[in-house]
Amino acid sequence: MIDGFIVNALIAGICVSIIAGGLGCFIVWKKMAYFGDSLSHSSLFGIALGIVLGFNSTIGTFITCLVFAGFLTYLQNKNIFSNDTLLGILAHASLSIGIIAISLSNQYVNLDAYLFGDILTVTDQEIKFFIFAAILVFGTLFFIWEKLVLMTINENIAKADNINTKIIQSIFLILLVIFVATCVKIVGILLITSMLIIPAATSRQITSSPGKMAIVSGMLGIISIFFGVYLSVIADIPTGPSIILVLTIIFILVLLLFKKN
Amino acid sequence: MLIKAENISVTRNKKEILKNINIVINQKDFITILGPNGAGKSMLLKCLLGFYKPDNGSIIKSPGLKISYTPQDFTIDKSIPITALDFITLNKKIENKKITEISQEFKIEKILKQQLSTLSGGELQKILIVRSLVDNPNLLILDEPTQNLDVSGQLNFYKFLNQIYKDRNISILMVSHDLHMVMSSTKKVICLSNHICCSGEPSTITKDPEFANLFGHDFANMMSLYKHDINHNHIEESND
Repeated sequence: MIDGFIVNALIAGICVSIIAGGLGCFIVWKKMAYFGDSLSHSSLFGIALGIVLGFNSTIGTFITCLVFAGFLTYLQNKNIFSNDTLLGILAHASLSIGIIAISLSNQYVNLDAYLFGDILTVTDQEIKFFIFAAILVFGTLFFIWEKLVLMTINENIAKADNINTKIIQSIFLILLVIFVATCVKIVGILLITSMLIIPAATSRQITSSPGKMAIVSGMLGIISIFFGVYLSVIADIPTGPSIILVLTIIFILVLLLFKKN
Repeated sequence: MLIKAENISVTRNKKEILKNINIVINQKDFITILGPNGAGKSMLLKCLLGFYKPDNGSIIKSPGLKISYTPQDFTIDKSIPITALDFITLNKKIENKKITEISQEFKIEKILKQQLSTLSGGELQKILIVRSLVDNPNLLILDEPTQNLDVSGQLNFYKFLNQIYKDRNISILMVSHDLHMVMSSTKKVICLSNHICCSGEPSTITKDPEFANLFGHDFANMMSLYKHDINHNHIEESND
């Protein structure tokens, strides 16, 4: 019989993989890896806020990431510094403030759990939230899919096709924020981006259309969750890094087996 | 009248990019906008397309006007897996029959199933145009369409564009740097340098002193010798 906490871990992992499958493709296409990283770094500030003010850390993460994404978009439009510089400043500033706030709170906080994730402690309550988030993100992404793909290929063509690119881009950022808020618990702040990038990059090598790339990417995520959790339980190693390790091994295998030309 | 710009002006960073521009595009027009870098050519297109609202003046469109647009410098990132066919139909509801028809017409059947990132510059440009033609626009706006093409690619492209102009009930507005091609294919030239310096038929515009001011006297003299009804076949043969 499988323990309840493992079942919860697997359900949570499947939810996260489904969301990451579609969103991750855009992160790869739009070259937003650093953005994803920065967004997840900023989530520690949200977690700290939750701890200090005594509310749910997922809600704290969601709100800080949303503010972070909004503020960043505002600064990007100002065009004073390059994206890279802005992300570097904002990400590490919020990471530092988060860690300082947690240490000043005088509460015992298992920082490791936030940095590297702790999928095995997912509660029944959280599972409900994950399922809701997965359905919401998947549904929304499905609805705006073609518009977002066209925008990613060329924003001006999308505008000429009467797509409101600002609205679609904002929706995309909100979905990304939901993903980060959900995923912190699973793989941790430091590894969130890899959950987006590695399955998508692996999938790219074996698919020929945007939709297929997203679906295969989601499936690869699910596979790695299963093997990662299994590996973590039998070898008694941290689950988050174990999931990422499996993803990386699949990536290398695909790279070697399906080398194009 | 399809679309009209009335006295539009755009100022950015205290610099006047467009000054009191008036343009009317009618049915079956073939207009090319010429001008040096920073003349506001792309900005003018953006205003006409509605991407950018001019600070002054207005854009008037005829009801039901369908504009298609081919952007400057189109490239596709290798990380996006998409076939030419999927790209043509992306975010559009088009019947298969229409796709078959148009791909036969433009002889692109062979490249439809290919990945966009593997196409040559000329093929990519063709796919872009086909995508913009599938839902029968009244006006085709092209921003430096031949930028990434070599000389023979440019010739083929203009031949292709002329064919579209002849076969369809469509108006074309284009920004281009290829003066030789422009003089031979377009029906009307507008010279832009933040304001409209001069406009008219290619054969007469080269005699305009403003044209000489903008592009230099030597160039204007050279262009005025250019025959409007130049023989395309001849050019193509000499290139083959």
